[in-house]
Amino acid sequence: MVKDLARKISLEKVLPVREKLDETGEFPHEIMKVFAESDMCGLYLPEKYSGFGGGVLEFCLAVEEISRICGGVGVTFAASALGCTPILLFGSEEQKMKYIPPIAKGEKLAAFGLTEANAGSDAAAQETTAELKGDHYVVNGTKQWITNGGEADTYVVIAMTDKKKGSRGATAFIMEKGMPGFTFGKKENKMGIRCSATRELVFQDCKVPKENILGKEGMGFIVAMRTLDMTRPGIGAQAVGIAQGALDEALKYAKERVQFGKSIISFQAIQHMLADMATQVEASRALVLATARHVDSGAKDFTKESSMCKLMASDTAMKVTTDAVQILGGYGYMKEYPVEKMMRDAKITQIYEGTNQIQRNQIGLALIKESAKNK
Amino acid sequence: MDIVVCIKQVPDTTEVKINPETNTLIREGVPSIINPFDENAIEAALKLREAHGGKVTVITMGPPQATEALRKAVAMGVDDVQLISDRAFAGSDTWATSYTLAQAIKSLGKYDLIICGKQAIDGDTAQVGPGIAEWLEIPQVTFAVKIEISEGRARIERLLEEQNEVVEAPLPAMVTVVKQINEPRMPSLKGMMKAKKAEITTKSAADIGADPIKVGLNGSPTRVVKIFTPPAKGGGEMLSGSADEIASALAGKLRELKVI
Repeated sequence: MVKDLARKISLEKVLPVREKLDETGEFPHEIMKVFAESDMCGLYLPEKYSGFGGGVLEFCLAVEEISRICGGVGVTFAASALGCTPILLFGSEEQKMKYIPPIAKGEKLAAFGLTEANAGSDAAAQETTAELKGDHYVVNGTKQWITNGGEADTYVVIAMTDKKKGSRGATAFIMEKGMPGFTFGKKENKMGIRCSATRELVFQDCKVPKENILGKEGMGFIVAMRTLDMTRPGIGAQAVGIAQGALDEALKYAKERVQFGKSIISFQAIQHMLADMATQVEASRALVLATARHVDSGAKDFTKESSMCKLMASDTAMKVTTDAVQILGGYGYMKEYPVEKMMRDAKITQIYEGTNQIQRNQIGLALIKESAKNK
Repeated sequence: MDIVVCIKQVPDTTEVKINPETNTLIREGVPSIINPFDENAIEAALKLREAHGGKVTVITMGPPQATEALRKAVAMGVDDVQLISDRAFAGSDTWATSYTLAQAIKSLGKYDLIICGKQAIDGDTAQVGPGIAEWLEIPQVTFAVKIEISEGRARIERLLEEQNEVVEAPLPAMVTVVKQINEPRMPSLKGMMKAKKAEITTKSAADIGADPIKVGLNGSPTRVVKIFTPPAKGGGEMLSGSADEIASALAGKLRELKVI
């Protein structure tokens, strides 16, 4: 049902405009409104907070179908979950009641602010600070490349409350658009996922009430890592969707394109490429969905699994989209066909929510921990 | 305000195939959808409900599998749906169909507005909506591109070929809508859950108090003698140039063809 509806919306509302959205980089407001009206925004959120009551699995199914048509719309949809998840995981009941229902209803979008100019893979090197002054904190600093930046109303931002403590000195805050001292940088001009909004969050003596702390002071890094563990399967699903979309196009073209008097799909060289692509997509999907089920079952630690599925799916997306362009040949290189866009969209999935190098570090670390435990 | 929307389940295809022996549409293996104009009718009804309150009831006459179309209407957010189904309705033409639907609407009790799509994409007759209005003896306004309700009257903008026309009618009235009137909403997840569980009321000929000689084949004054695909029109020829050149070229061609 979720898959069918996501497919229907993608085909009827996203497909007709994806080329234009890619060209202009315009934010898909209309499409987000459709997601809101069809209850998709609260898909993974509990019914108690006006959500639909699904889990990571339902969320992944939807993200895949949307990304199969447009990775940019897919990430716009998914990034709101990235901003909402920390509130769901660490928020007090009051915070959840206040912030989650508008996001579940799609009235508001959410975003997550961790990355900075000098704190990318080294996320602990945060330079944004939050200083306690009486009943509020004063936040200063700049977050970079924040998806849904400027479009979202609710932000979860990580800032250092005690630099001396290193990663234990970071704290998560719920920030709202419109707070004095909270402004946005220009919209970034990206290689792919161009319709998604990516902006800087700029804080200049921005006052945040004490009650906007998410979790406890000093827990910021834990909030960030737990959130990313939970949302990485969503990026895996986005990657699977982009790859499936490219496979769809390559297959369609291979049947239509005639060379040497035959449709090119009759050539084994093409069949083998398509066979590899299809197998890789299916394997990635299986891993993403298995991880989603694992998370939904209430597992406590799933860093390794969620890293693995994001790693495999995003590498697959890059490979499959590249091969799709190859199958379409010169046509694939042209903007009239959608596969070059898919190839550009695929690249980011290897980079954001932790580069694939960082994912491998996480997996390696988990393996070491496991083997130490089993001794 | 109580609004009744009449819908039809049609095959989801632009290339309709016809069984030459029975002169009926081949429905096997073709997925079914709500007639697209009827989706516009549902959307128009939901918008009016949002503005004025009230209730939207969707009815369809058809075989039991037409409940699928009614479930889609539930998913879009209508209040009530009813399937009007009876073996006695088999072979209905547009006259018998509109009689049956009119009877079904009467059996609902109160109604202020009836909305239909301008025509079905399979039969393309555009007669059932107006037929219902005739049977119910209420005003009918076709090809609506805008419907406004105030003080018991409907103000309707009709989409005509050259210009639009604004017509007022007292309620209750029957209105058919064109696709330009709105964009039908997507079903919602909660609506789809509701649709899955919804119990669909089915009404028989007896339930709606239909006169047996007015329904089905008995009640149908027309018979389909033959359905066929006409040969495609050949491509025309466009003449270009100044008015004088075109005129003389045209005269020459007509003479060539011995028309003049």
